[in-house]
Amino acid sequence: MSETLVRVENLCKYFPLTRGLFRRASLFVHAVDDINFTIKRGESLGLVGESGSGKTTTGKLLVRLLEPTSGRILMKVDGEEVDISTLKGESLKRFRRHVQMIFQDPYESLNPRFTVFDTVAEPLVVQGIGNVLEREERVAQMLALVGLTPPSSFLFRFPHELSGGQRQRVAIARALIIEPSFVVADEPTSMLDVSIRTGIMYLMLDLAERLGVTYLYITHDLAVARYMSSRLAVMYLGKIVEMGETEEVLQKPLHPYTRALISAVPIPDPRYKRPIPEIKGAISEPINPPPTCRFLDRCLQATKICQDSPHPPLEDKGGGHYVACYMV
Amino acid sequence: MAESILKIENFTMHYMTKAGEVSAVDNVSLEIRKGESLGLVGESGCGKTSLAISIMKLLPENAVIKGGHIYFDGTDLVPLSEDEMRRFRWRRISMIFQAAMNSLNPVYRVSDQIIEAMETHFGNIDYSEAREKVANLFRLVGLDPKFMDQYPHEYSGGMRQRAVIAMALACEPDLIIADEPTTALDVIVQDNILRELKALQEKLGTTMIYISHDIAVIAEVSHRIGIMYAGKLVELADAEEIFHHPIHPYTAGLMSAFPSIIGPKRELVTIPGEPPDLLNPPSGCRFHPRCQYATEVCREKEPEFKDYGSGHMASCWNPLEG
Amino acid sequence: MEEKTKVITKPKVEVILEEEERKRLKEMPLWRVRLYLTWREIRNNWSLFSENKIGLVGLGIIIFYAIMAIAHPILMKWVWDPNIYDPIVGYSYDEVLQPAPPSFRHLLGTDPLGRDVLSQLMYSTRSEFALGILAAIITVTIGTTVGAVAAYFGGIIDTLLMRLADLIIMLPFVTILIVLSALFKMNLIILAIVIGILSGFGGTGIVIKSQALTIKVRAYIEAAKVSGGSNWHIIFRHIIPNLMPLSFLYMMFSVTSAIFSEAVLSFFGLLNIRMSWGLMIHTAQTAGYLLNPKTWWLIVPAGLSITLLCSAFYLVGRALDEIVNPRLRKR
Repeated sequence: MSETLVRVENLCKYFPLTRGLFRRASLFVHAVDDINFTIKRGESLGLVGESGSGKTTTGKLLVRLLEPTSGRILMKVDGEEVDISTLKGESLKRFRRHVQMIFQDPYESLNPRFTVFDTVAEPLVVQGIGNVLEREERVAQMLALVGLTPPSSFLFRFPHELSGGQRQRVAIARALIIEPSFVVADEPTSMLDVSIRTGIMYLMLDLAERLGVTYLYITHDLAVARYMSSRLAVMYLGKIVEMGETEEVLQKPLHPYTRALISAVPIPDPRYKRPIPEIKGAISEPINPPPTCRFLDRCLQATKICQDSPHPPLEDKGGGHYVACYMV
Repeated sequence: MAESILKIENFTMHYMTKAGEVSAVDNVSLEIRKGESLGLVGESGCGKTSLAISIMKLLPENAVIKGGHIYFDGTDLVPLSEDEMRRFRWRRISMIFQAAMNSLNPVYRVSDQIIEAMETHFGNIDYSEAREKVANLFRLVGLDPKFMDQYPHEYSGGMRQRAVIAMALACEPDLIIADEPTTALDVIVQDNILRELKALQEKLGTTMIYISHDIAVIAEVSHRIGIMYAGKLVELADAEEIFHHPIHPYTAGLMSAFPSIIGPKRELVTIPGEPPDLLNPPSGCRFHPRCQYATEVCREKEPEFKDYGSGHMASCWNPLEG
Repeated sequence: MEEKTKVITKPKVEVILEEEERKRLKEMPLWRVRLYLTWREIRNNWSLFSENKIGLVGLGIIIFYAIMAIAHPILMKWVWDPNIYDPIVGYSYDEVLQPAPPSFRHLLGTDPLGRDVLSQLMYSTRSEFALGILAAIITVTIGTTVGAVAAYFGGIIDTLLMRLADLIIMLPFVTILIVLSALFKMNLIILAIVIGILSGFGGTGIVIKSQALTIKVRAYIEAAKVSGGSNWHIIFRHIIPNLMPLSFLYMMFSVTSAIFSEAVLSFFGLLNIRMSWGLMIHTAQTAGYLLNPKTWWLIVPAGLSITLLCSAFYLVGRALDEIVNPRLRKR
């Protein structure tokens, strides 16, 4: 079962910065700039980066909350590879049965006027699946599956009657009820308490196995990404700078940004002395960026080659470990 | 042996709400020595922020101190009036709030805000002297003084955090309470700020209290660590002791629930259940409903907060063997 | 880090609930459950509302007048002699001089045409209520839809609707009504519709739109889109229900505006109705008794009723505001 489910080719998303009412935009934020990756069925790809890296935008592009500026997103829908970036109308709606999203904020992602039943049943209602009784049945099953037992006691609660962890479980139930093949999880645990977080993490891993769901797991927390993803992609200012097997990338990082990122993560052990991250400067916004390497002004290893050449391409340095750097 | 600068004795504070009395901080005792940094760890609702604002006496209207003492450099802060407390706030104890962006007034320049803070506490100071001080503070926290006269919205998140730290240092306080100082920041900026806070502390000898839900951050910056749960201080010890020889099951659970990017990929432990409702906290030991070692006595009586040797304090009926 | 031999516990969720209530809910069919939940919500809202003294005062006044409206037909059928007490065609033969001051038989006296003032007052109450509520419903329906659509679709639809609103706000309300009444004969229903349309496309629409804008960006709207929800599904199932508290609030203010506008128009004799409080004052004025303190009963009851009922709805609206806004903020 190692067929490719998602294939992203040269995906770009630029947001215009308009000045004034009638002037045409000349400044664009290159939120996602020419990225390429694939996700195989059953695996989970972790997308990590800091703010402004473009990871959330990528997630939204993959569920078509945003339309790409250019590039293709190819997904296996009902056995056929479809470019979802240009879908409209009915076919867009049908595509939505296969891709769902879990949001970051458990407090905001549920309609406060909907009961748990309404929220979880909504995808079924919108997609016209089943009648009322069948939906009730499926919702109850789903609630049990995400650990909200007994389901009957949760069906008619409102979000303000639930805790953060419970709300996130409801969000997961909603995402999985129409049995999508691909789920984008946008920092689903970052707003939860630590002791609740692990429960949700394990729930997602468990369900991935049981229901055969493929994940794109977006997070800024490398430690969480280590547990939730089999492959890891590191983004910086709209570009993927490193990609590979999670353990490989974390233990043997090749790109200077990845190395800096890893050395910046605090370790829960007072005995451990972290090296100082090899990075200078501060993160900026990718507004009309120059064609050179995105990481140039922060890299401590930059040489003349880096200054004179365009942004390095993402290349396989062996064993599926991709890096975009001239110095490797 | 450095003298103790803050001594909290059996401090209890409740919030009066429409639904009832919320037992936010219950019978907490701890001591911090001068120049030391104490990290307070706990999940949301555990009382760490409530304890912090109690020390500063920045309590909301519905907060009631039910008992106990907070001795700061010998003076009990609890019975002090607002006027008397003002002599301590910012001048001797200052605080870096969570979401520091909100501490900065958007309509004033950053330099003016810091100078105003200094004027309030030092009385009239020479303006150019004050500006010199602000420039020094900026350099201290890693900000280029050329940004001094800008407005807060022109700063990035990391810069604002540093500005707030500079403001907290402006009056040269003896004690700084930092409530989640780096939570909203990217990890590289966080690293920078944590290093600077540590360096500052060593340089100025300021006593610090760090509050965070992130035990990794606390591990890096604290000499001593206190674990709070449901309004109670359940364990207090040197940083290494807490991590490698935890006594309280909650502490051990918390350690094991934290993923780490180094070392072998071990199984993460989930602590079952949820933090309790403080309107009606569990009887006896507040952690007993979620504790796998709970016994009858845990349900009935609250364990004593006692010393297990070399300053390692914990309150548990069934302490873990280190 | 040392390894602790820990048993990996499956995520368990502690459930705090009212067992009997949940059991009951389990056995009911879906529609009954929804009814029950709505009832529970109303009950909760009532306890919040009743804490506010202002709201209770307003509500008290409204109930008082409602009782008056209901009492009138009963009185007419069983207590009063219709020949004397009919508010429109009655004539108080028992009085010599018209208008007659208040007495035992005519508690508020009679008007220049010999009709009992109290009867007129009570009779008009029901049309005042009808007008107010009809206008309010129309205003809020239009206003909510305009607000939701303008906020959700943005762009040119938003611009058009907002410019229309600007235009309507610019024009003086009562003057427009006067002009319209000159163009065609207005009765209460037409007046209600006109007021409803003007307010709905005007100020109310703008206020509701700004609220709708805050709802539009919430994560649950994105979640609905990801599920495949169409634009109309999102507007009617998500945005409008979350606007309802605000809409309900503005309904209260619309009633005030409607009742007052009617009074003004009737006073000028521009309305095609048979009896209303404004008309009572108009009658007094045309007969020359307007500013005569000796015939106070011709004006004071009607004027006071207008003031009281308008204020009552306004007070209820203010009380609702305090409930609605913090909750909206919380969300």
